Amino acid sequence: MKPHTLSVLVENRAGVLSRVAGMFSRRGFNIESLAVGTCEEPDMSRITIVVNGDDTVVEQVMKQTNKLIDVIKVSDLTERESVERELALIKVAAEPGTSRAEILQIADIFRAQVVDVGTKTLVLQVAGDTEKIDALEKLLRQYGIKELVRTGKIAILRGSKTVKSSK
Amino acid sequence: MKTGARTLIEALQRDGVDTIFGYPGGSVLPIYDELYDSSIRHILVRHEQAAAHAADGYARASGRVGVCLATSGPGACNLVTGIATAYMDSVPIVAFTGQVPTGMLGNDAFQESDITGITMPVTKHNYLVKDADDLDRVVQEAFYIARTGRPGPVLIDLPKDVTNGPAKGGGASPGKVTLRGYQPTYEGHVRQIDRALDLIVESERPLIYAGGGVVHSGASAELLRFAEATAIPVTTTLMGLGAVPGDHPLCLGMLGMHGTQTANYAVTGCDLLIAIGARFDDRVTGKIETFAPNAAVIHIDIDPAEIGKNKFVDVPIVGDVKAVLQTLLQRMQRRGDTADWVARINAWKAQYPLHYQTDDRLRPQYIIEELSRLLDGEGVIASEVGQNQMWTALYYCFKKPRTWITSGGLGTMGYGFPAAIGAHFARPDLPVVDIAGDGSFQMNIQELGTVAHYRIPVKVVILNNMYLGMVRQWQELFYDRRYSYTELPPVEFVRIAEAYGVEGITVDEKDDVREALETALATDGPFVLDFRIEREENVFPMVPAGAAINEMIGVHRE
Repeated sequence: MKPHTLSVLVENRAGVLSRVAGMFSRRGFNIESLAVGTCEEPDMSRITIVVNGDDTVVEQVMKQTNKLIDVIKVSDLTERESVERELALIKVAAEPGTSRAEILQIADIFRAQVVDVGTKTLVLQVAGDTEKIDALEKLLRQYGIKELVRTGKIAILRGSKTVKSSK
Repeated sequence: MKTGARTLIEALQRDGVDTIFGYPGGSVLPIYDELYDSSIRHILVRHEQAAAHAADGYARASGRVGVCLATSGPGACNLVTGIATAYMDSVPIVAFTGQVPTGMLGNDAFQESDITGITMPVTKHNYLVKDADDLDRVVQEAFYIARTGRPGPVLIDLPKDVTNGPAKGGGASPGKVTLRGYQPTYEGHVRQIDRALDLIVESERPLIYAGGGVVHSGASAELLRFAEATAIPVTTTLMGLGAVPGDHPLCLGMLGMHGTQTANYAVTGCDLLIAIGARFDDRVTGKIETFAPNAAVIHIDIDPAEIGKNKFVDVPIVGDVKAVLQTLLQRMQRRGDTADWVARINAWKAQYPLHYQTDDRLRPQYIIEELSRLLDGEGVIASEVGQNQMWTALYYCFKKPRTWITSGGLGTMGYGFPAAIGAHFARPDLPVVDIAGDGSFQMNIQELGTVAHYRIPVKVVILNNMYLGMVRQWQELFYDRRYSYTELPPVEFVRIAEAYGVEGITVDEKDDVREALETALATDGPFVLDFRIEREENVFPMVPAGAAINEMIGVHRE
């Protein structure tokens, strides 16, 4: 059992996300994260899904996803050279004169940006792979995280290879 | 101005639709207005569920796409069981539903239901048409998707303003359907086919396990040629009955939970299992770990997702069953020697035939055997679900594909009678019989109105034991005979039939069976036969849930 990152190219139509998500829940596949957005083709969207399971399960996931008429291509990026990123916005407690400096130092180390400064809080924006964001979250917890928002993971192949419609 | 409704009817005619099963309502009024003087025949059912089942029965008996139509909200919702039934058994139907006008969508308008959302898990694909100019293309795509690849139901939801307002399209010449996300594989991979042939030649105890995919693909002739050329015995699933003639020397009958002893022993003993258009369903495999435990597996299926889903496969062949069998036959150079294996199977057949008590009681197996003798394969048999279905599967000799219409995957009680109505319109040249239980028949008994209305010559054989028989059988065997809510009070089915204007006979004696069946078959119109059978007759052989399929009860001892 390990997380697999699937890149799914779909028709950009109403209801496609619900078809994909519905099929996952109906067949008992566990979605760990999901991100959807437009892509280089105006009439297509790309969904990045992180799913947990052994190889047999992931094979079924891919085959069942492929069966959906609105799904154009499914690729497993897990074993391939790829770049994976998540984005997080973290609102951390930072009363003036207390730990602000420490928080800013940590942010600097993680190359997180301060995107909002309040009287009692700071909002940090950080991008990176899952482990990096987990690590930052863990460090900031001691100061008090007021709110945390994370996107699903997105991923892209390294080099000139692409996940494209072969059709 | 050409309306959406007009465009729809033209598109249906272009796709060769001759019959629609439906039920009118507010949001489909524009469509019904076009149907009023259309060449397409519309059969008014008495409940929308029956429209879906009838479209399904039509599709199974003909191999063409069945079509049903219902209004929005409750009408659409009533189709759902029928659509799910078709989905589980890979049957090509297109269901049209009315919908509230686009401007009211999502407002909880009168008779609004999100039918595309509701049917998403039970359709191969579905559409909500919001732009009338898409209608023509959507209808074309729907029929294409329903009948190609692994067939299945497609639903099209039509808001009333779309069918009422102007729409382009509907002309005589259909465009070519291209869907970049849907390109089924039809030809099997040649290297895999050659690997399969090597395994076939090397094996000593090969067995073909044929499913509904053989029937859907129209590959019965190819399957028979392949089995005969290789001298490999064939067992079929419930859905595969009729794919090879039931009385063929290489045919072992059905396998699985209520399979024949020979078929189940053959699966357990084989060293090569060739699954063709079958999906290793739990009712077939029993305990999956002990299913064909000593066999290498070749799996031929058009749906790649079925391969390796339940059972490890050594040689996967994705493709249309008919095309793959043709390639197998073309590339076959040598054949193995199965003489010893076939001899062993024949010994099992002789030693373990199906059996029931042959006394003077009225037993359901006898009724079905008599019907089988009378029709001699020249008829279409529909069934309900439960004991009636399993007795028919075991005791009726199916000789041709598309003559057996039953709900296998979903197991829908109430399916058989409306499906038989649909089958009649597909095969008006053949007698059509629905074999029912008293429980199942009452789930769509209102269709007596439909058969009376159109004088549809469907014969209903009710195996009336005043029980929900299969559930009672499980309660007898596994719940200490505690018949919890499975006993049904007596019903005078003939009197109900007569109230609708349908003839019928009640039969209590074994000696009267043949004459009653002959009378029903000789009658021009519909007919109901109420057989008061032995109440606690069971379906055997039986594999208890979770057991290996060679561990049967109610059978001859080894």
